[in-house]
Amino acid sequence: MTRLLTIAAALLVATALIAAQSSPKRYGIGTPATPDQIAALDIDVRPDGMGLPPGSGSAREGAPIYAQKCAPCHGANGEGGAGDALVGAAPRDGAPFGPEYERWRNGRPDVPFTIGNYWPYATTIFDYVRRAMPASAPGTLTADETYALTAWLLAKNEIISESEAMNAETLPRVRMPARARFVPDNRKGGSEVR
Amino acid sequence: MRKTPGLTRRDVLTTTLGAAAFTLATRSAAAQETPLADTTKKWGRLPNALGARSPVETPKRTLNLPTSSRTPLQDLHGTITPADLHYERHHSGLAVVDPRTYRLLLHGMVDRPLTFTLDDIKRFPATTRVCFLECAGNFFGTREETTPQDVCGLTSQTEWTGVMLSTIFNEAGAQPRATWFLAEGQDAAVMTRSVPIKEVLRDAMLVYAQNGEALRPEQGYPVRLLLPGIEGNASVKWLRRLELSDQPFMTREETSKYTDPLADGTARQFSLVMDARSIITSPAYPQTIEKGFVEIRGIAWSGRGLIRRVDVSTDGGKTWKTAALQQPVLPKAHTRFRYAWQWDGRPAEIVSRAVDETGYGQPDMTALRQARGRRTRYHLNPVTGWTIAGDGRVRFGVERVRV
Ligand code: HEC
Repeated sequence: MTRLLTIAAALLVATALIAAQSSPKRYGIGTPATPDQIAALDIDVRPDGMGLPPGSGSAREGAPIYAQKCAPCHGANGEGGAGDALVGAAPRDGAPFGPEYERWRNGRPDVPFTIGNYWPYATTIFDYVRRAMPASAPGTLTADETYALTAWLLAKNEIISESEAMNAETLPRVRMPARARFVPDNRKGGSEVR
Repeated sequence: MRKTPGLTRRDVLTTTLGAAAFTLATRSAAAQETPLADTTKKWGRLPNALGARSPVETPKRTLNLPTSSRTPLQDLHGTITPADLHYERHHSGLAVVDPRTYRLLLHGMVDRPLTFTLDDIKRFPATTRVCFLECAGNFFGTREETTPQDVCGLTSQTEWTGVMLSTIFNEAGAQPRATWFLAEGQDAAVMTRSVPIKEVLRDAMLVYAQNGEALRPEQGYPVRLLLPGIEGNASVKWLRRLELSDQPFMTREETSKYTDPLADGTARQFSLVMDARSIITSPAYPQTIEKGFVEIRGIAWSGRGLIRRVDVSTDGGKTWKTAALQQPVLPKAHTRFRYAWQWDGRPAEIVSRAVDETGYGQPDMTALRQARGRRTRYHLNPVTGWTIAGDGRVRFGVERVRV
């Protein structure tokens, strides 16, 4: 009986020790972040629209901003230059790869991957342009300018109309032509080449 | 200490060591490093504060501006990449960050949003790990005059030190519903990637040291994310912010770029793990070899774990032999392989092929193109080889990777 108790007690102690070792431990290091500190850095925009700021802009409003701040590197019509090609709706309802594309292309030169034929989410344009463009002065665009440029890029790619305003409500609702093509990683090691 | 006029410690030393040593010690650095015909007849330079390579050894990164520089794989032995030869891939140049004002913000789906200073991060229990880091766009090979550095110099290996990401997440009280996190850098690209938590948390670290010393500026000083086995772009440098979320953010680098358009018309996203790969680093272009004994040397690695085996062929892939692996073989790490060969002087092609612990065998370019199609650009890890002409000249085997 006593022996059993001793064993039981020993087991309890052992379990407690294991628990203490593996249980999450906090070190009390770091300083609580204030809402202001978070707001100052939290510039990301998610496909569901989280993070989009107030403001608005249409392709019409975007055109002169694009001509001034973007065209030198991306071409007057987004055809590309020092920076990537940004405009290219073809192949309509297709993508620049895969069997349908090869039939559509029919031996003609390849088209570039663009916002119009490859980007799965419209919110990515806002997020990326606001953080990284223009490459000569990143992080200098206002929210209105960024909405207007996003609208210009979407209209040039024949996804929205010239007059449609992009804002926190409308942008997340834009359906991108290539959206359905994106699939999760299906490689998992093993003998099959994927 | 009080300065005594008259006999200083320096005078005493000088007198003791003699005039010759003193002269040597005070000569210019260049002169001191010049090889002497007989090094036994003259004192060399005395210990100094910062070492340098032998002036005869001049390994260099090659540049592909404005985006990258590549590690000279053919100049390295063993498995560690010297910090100043680690490859670079920056999207908007490198950020020079003041460690005194550096802050890392951790927020989103956590119970306690926190900021950490560099000292804070260094106070946490530390871990050291050796692993490779490889850029997702690490294949080039259209010319015979191509060195290992050109073929796949966007991979390097480092002994990293830092804190486990899980420790930091725990400190802030990561919520169980959080399945992704955003990592953001403070370069001019304000680089951002979404990372799936479950897939990486066992290995992920925040690192502040590289081969024993502080990170190099070009490796994200003072703190970068380190995701062993995963495409380099996700190991965000100059890390300023981590945000936990229940969904990915779909940043430009995980949609427009770093995705794999496939043969069937779908595009693979978040193809993060770097599949197994190998390259013979010697003999390689531009070497010329001599008849007789040649040790074939190279590195193999897999983002999925251990390298199980490296096969080497000296007849262009008709027959294969098993190479010797340098121990210890570490998971998700460059592994040195060697194969003893007798070259008979006849034209040959030497090829290597890695197999990892999942049984995955490094594929031929044809198999990759069959599976992925013509326009896929990232995550290419084809079997490569070197042709050897009768005169011993070694060239990159372009035919093997042409499609
Ligand atoms: C100084 C040249 C320059 C200017 C000006 C510039 N860009 Fe760029 N842009 C680039 C470069 C270079 C890249 C590629 C960056 C990279 O890959 O990291 C790029 C990338 C982009 C992309 C992503 C393309 C893709 O396919 O992934 C978008 C969108 C973009 N720029 C929009 C803009 C907009 C809008 C403006 C005007 C506000 C602008 N850029 C101004 C050089 C420039």
